[in-house]
Amino acid sequence: MSEHLPVLQVIVPLLAAPFVAFLRGREVAWWLTLVITGVTFAMSLALYAHVQDTGETLIYQMGGWAAPLGIVYVIDAASALVLPIVSGIGFIVTLAARYLVGAEIDGRDHPLFYTAWLLTIAGMLGQITTGDAFNIFVFLEISSLSAYALVAMGAGRDRRALPAAFNYLILGTVGATFYVIGLGLLYMLTGTLNLADLSVRLAEVEATRAVYTAMAFIALGLFLKMALFPLHFWLVPAYSFAPSAVSALMAATATKVSVYVLVRLLFGVFGVSFFGVDSGVGLVLLTLGITGAFVGTLAAIVETDLKKLFAQSSIAQLGYMAIGIGLFTPAGLAAAFIHLFNHALMKGALFLAIGTIAAQAGRASMTTIEGAGRQIPMTMTAILFGGLALIGVPLTAGFISKLYLIRALLESDFWLLAALTFMSSALALAYVWKIIEAAWLKPRPEDAPTLHETPMMWIPAWLLVIATLGFGILASPLIEGATAAALVFFGGAS
Amino acid sequence: MSSLLDAFLGQWNYFLVILLMMIGFYAVIARGNMVKKMVGLNIFQTSVFMLYISMGKISEGTAPILTGDAATVYSNPLPHVLILTAIVVGVATTAVGYALIIRIQESFDTIEDDDIILLMEDETEDAQ
Repeated sequence: MSEHLPVLQVIVPLLAAPFVAFLRGREVAWWLTLVITGVTFAMSLALYAHVQDTGETLIYQMGGWAAPLGIVYVIDAASALVLPIVSGIGFIVTLAARYLVGAEIDGRDHPLFYTAWLLTIAGMLGQITTGDAFNIFVFLEISSLSAYALVAMGAGRDRRALPAAFNYLILGTVGATFYVIGLGLLYMLTGTLNLADLSVRLAEVEATRAVYTAMAFIALGLFLKMALFPLHFWLVPAYSFAPSAVSALMAATATKVSVYVLVRLLFGVFGVSFFGVDSGVGLVLLTLGITGAFVGTLAAIVETDLKKLFAQSSIAQLGYMAIGIGLFTPAGLAAAFIHLFNHALMKGALFLAIGTIAAQAGRASMTTIEGAGRQIPMTMTAILFGGLALIGVPLTAGFISKLYLIRALLESDFWLLAALTFMSSALALAYVWKIIEAAWLKPRPEDAPTLHETPMMWIPAWLLVIATLGFGILASPLIEGATAAALVFFGGAS
Repeated sequence: MSSLLDAFLGQWNYFLVILLMMIGFYAVIARGNMVKKMVGLNIFQTSVFMLYISMGKISEGTAPILTGDAATVYSNPLPHVLILTAIVVGVATTAVGYALIIRIQESFDTIEDDDIILLMEDETEDAQ
C-alpha cells in the first residue's frame, strides 16, 4: 500500500470528484470532500516524513513501465516539501468551506462546487508529483479548467465574476499553450518528455537557437500562470470576484504550484549550467520580480476592497519568489521555497478571515471593517497577524522569508536589489496600517450591519495563523527542508 | 537565394504553423467580441496541434502498425497520442469558454469586452 502513496495522493481526489457530483444534499458533499482532502494531507505528510527520514527519492512507475518510456511520479525533497503545503491548505480551506460555501453558493450547486474543488486540488498535486513534462500540461489544465468554473461560481453574488473568469480562461489557456509549444520544440530536439531524461539529453544537444526558443516559450507560459508582473492582470479580478473559499484556496496554492513547475523546468531540465544570471533569464526574473514587488505593494496601498488589496499584495510576494529564483544560487532558490511555503500560510489565513466578513456583508471593504475590531476580534486579529507576516515582522514566518531572501541577495552582491527588497517590504506596512486604523481606531458606524463570528468560522484561519507564527519562531525544520529542496536542483546540475 | 528557397520549402510546415499561430493569437488579443476571442484561441491551439503532428511524420513512413516486416518505416505515433490528449483539453476549454459567454450574455446583455468594462466600472462607482 505504502509504495503506491505517490500516485494515490493524486488518484484519490481525482476519483472522488465524480462521486461527489452525484451526491445530493450539501452536508454529504462537504463531509466527503473533507475526508478526501484530509486523507490526501495525511498521505503527503507520510511522503514528506519518508523522504526526510531516508533521504531517498521515491520514483513510482505508472503501470510498471520504467522511464523514459513510461510515466513516472517523482517524490524528491522538493516535491515532498510542496505537496503537504498544497494538500494541507486544501484541507484547512475545506474545513472553512462549510460556512463560506454555505453562505455564498446556492445549496443545489454544492455537489458540483465540491467536484470542481477536488479536481483543482488533484490537478495541482499532479503537477507537483509527475516527472513527465506533458503530464504537467494535462494536470495544469485539469486544475485550471476547474478553477475557471470555481471563479465563475461567484456570479451568484456579483455578476462581474463572469468576465473575470472568462479573461482568466483566455490568458490561462494562452499560457498553457505557450508551454506546449516550448515542449514540442524540446521533444523535436531530444525525442523525450521525461524531465530527468530531458535534462540529460539537452546537455548533449548544442545550445542552439531552438533550445532558447523552447525555454522562452515555456518560461513565458509559466510566467502567465504564476501571475508574474506584467502578466498578472487576470489575477486580481479572478481572486476578488470568486467565492471567498475559492479565493482562499487559489491565493494560497494556485500560483505557488506554477512557481514550483517553473523551478522544475528551469533548474531541473535546462539546468543551472545552461544559464547563469548572465544569460538574461535571471536578469529578467530579477527585474520583473522587483518591479512587481513595488507595483503590487503600491496598488495594494490605494485599494479599498480587502480581497483586491491582498490579491495585489500577492503580485508583490510572487515578485520576491521570482527574485529568489532569478539569483540562480542554492541560497536564492532556498529563499524562494521558504517564501513559497510561508506565503501560502499567510495568504490562506488572510483570505479565510476576509472571507468570513465578505460572506456576511457582501463585500469586505475598508468601510465594512470600520470599528469591527471589537465586534469580531478573532477574525480581525487573524487579519492583523497575516498582515504583520506579509511585512516581515520578526517572530512571524514572513520575517524568515525576507531574512533569507535578503541574505541570498547579499551573498550574490546585489546590494541595491537587497535594499529595494527591504524597502518594498516596509512599504507593505502602509496597507496593513490602513486596516489596523479602520478596524480598531475608528468607531463602528451606527448604521453598519452587525458582524458576528463563531469558532467554526475563525478556527481554520487561526490554524494557519498559528502555523505562520510557529514557523516564524521554530523555523529550522522549514529551512532544512527548503535547503534540501534547493539542493535537489543544484546537486544534479553541477 | 536558392538556399533560402530550399530552407523555406524544406520547412514549409513550420511556416504554415507560425502563420496560423499568429492569426489565432492576433484574434485573441485584438478582438473585443468574446466569441471571436474563442475562435482565435481555437485557431491558436490548432496551430500547435499541427506543429506536433507534422513533426511526427517521417517521409516514406507508414501508419505505425506492426507488419512483421523489419524494413518498414513508421511515422512516430507519440505526437499523435499527445495531441489526442491536447484536443480533448481544447474541447473542454472551448466548452467552458462558451458556457461562460452564454452566462455573460444573460447577465450583461452583451459579449463585447469594451461594453462590459464600461458596465463594470459603473458598478464599482456604485459600490463606493
